[in-house]
Amino acid sequence: MIQFLRPIGVLLWKDILLEIRSRELIVSLLVFGLVVVVVFNFALNSTPKLVTAVTPGILWVAFAFAGVLAMNRAFVREKEEGGLDGLLLSPISRDSIFLGKAAASFIFMLMVEAVLLPIFAGLLNFSPASLELLLTIVLATLGFAIVGTLFSAISVQTRSREILLPVLFFPVILPVLVGAVESTKQALGGETLVGLDHWLPLLGAFDALFLVICPWIFSMVVEE
Amino acid sequence: MVAPSSVIGTFPIETPTSGEAIVVRGLEKSFGEWPVLWNLDLTVKWGEMVALFGANGVGKTTLLRILSTQSKPDAGTVQVAGFNPRRNSQAIRRRVGVVAHQTFLYEDLTCRENLIHYSRLFGLEDPRKRADAALLTLGLANRADSRVRTLSNGMQRRLSIARAILHSPQILILDEPVTGLDRESIASLQSLLKGWTDAGLSVIMTTHDLDLGLSWAHRAAVLSRGRIQFPGSDEYMDGAQVRRRVASALEPGS
Repeated sequence: MIQFLRPIGVLLWKDILLEIRSRELIVSLLVFGLVVVVVFNFALNSTPKLVTAVTPGILWVAFAFAGVLAMNRAFVREKEEGGLDGLLLSPISRDSIFLGKAAASFIFMLMVEAVLLPIFAGLLNFSPASLELLLTIVLATLGFAIVGTLFSAISVQTRSREILLPVLFFPVILPVLVGAVESTKQALGGETLVGLDHWLPLLGAFDALFLVICPWIFSMVVEE
Repeated sequence: MVAPSSVIGTFPIETPTSGEAIVVRGLEKSFGEWPVLWNLDLTVKWGEMVALFGANGVGKTTLLRILSTQSKPDAGTVQVAGFNPRRNSQAIRRRVGVVAHQTFLYEDLTCRENLIHYSRLFGLEDPRKRADAALLTLGLANRADSRVRTLSNGMQRRLSIARAILHSPQILILDEPVTGLDRESIASLQSLLKGWTDAGLSVIMTTHDLDLGLSWAHRAAVLSRGRIQFPGSDEYMDGAQVRRRVASALEPGS
């Protein structure tokens, strides 16, 4: 087990170190997220009822598109100087490579969401301190990171990767996105964990499914 | 650069197993409808350095990628360090060091951080010591804390070689390793590779520099029309004869 987890930790630390050095990903995601929330805030400023109804949608539009920005970069660095070949030449499993990259994307997205959520909450007037909401965000973000990492690995091998990634990503991630919006809607409406017994298990089930399928597809994608 | 004994001595390598370092029989590889390698045979012995020549696009890099498990053959058998890449690719990756056209380095990490990263991926003990030993071997100890993006191309190339020897591999697979290196670095690389083969380890290297390849290697091989010829393998031939034969094999249409 340690043999399997060690390279995941090594890859995760490398990506964190690179991000600390360059700060290119976190900053661009934050700027994008802030622009989305400010624009929607001005568009919907006068009717609190409407704001409550559309908050889950706004939240997940911002998170999902910020996620695509993050995924676009996930394998670009690896590809630029042949880092992916360097990883593939190391005596570690393809699964470890995939999970290491997905873990890094997951953490970067969570960091951005942790900053954006209180700002969203302040501007759109809802309480972010809800276990149900936080659980929804964690589960949906995990699904985003897993699927996004796979399609990032596929699209980075093409010239039109910026276009190809969202085209591939959104249709597959749609069930997670719908689940996240519905679950957020109920969480903001005051539902407890018991009341979310449909959506949270669904998000968890999709995560588990993606966690099995995506590393397997990745290992085929990177083989020549 | 100094001889590899500093790396090999400090971190003992696994003694090569019996048999040959590389054995390839009937290898075939195509990209779509385009056959690149067909019915290719190759043997590299332990302690031997083979220089692989060939025109652009004949499949030298493809062959090296297959030997290093980066690419799968369509047909034929391949054994590297006694292992079949289809069944034991991780065992092979642990025993080969690869220098390719790209450096496999992260520009925003320092030289030492890059090597520590790869040491950890290889599960090596004491990654920092490993990294420092490799940096010393390649004459980059004074740039250990410099980010890779601040290094010249030649220095990045040397760091790439340091990355390849980090885990004390049994076989070095080098794709045009002298590109971008200055005279002094080339001489140091030659001494490093000589130390490598003297220690019973093997090297296969592609190059377009006929003089360099012939003076460094024990055997010269020419890849042409998907197959390998050894035009200079007759032990009774002198250097000039070998050179003429290899040059002739490299002629277009030969």
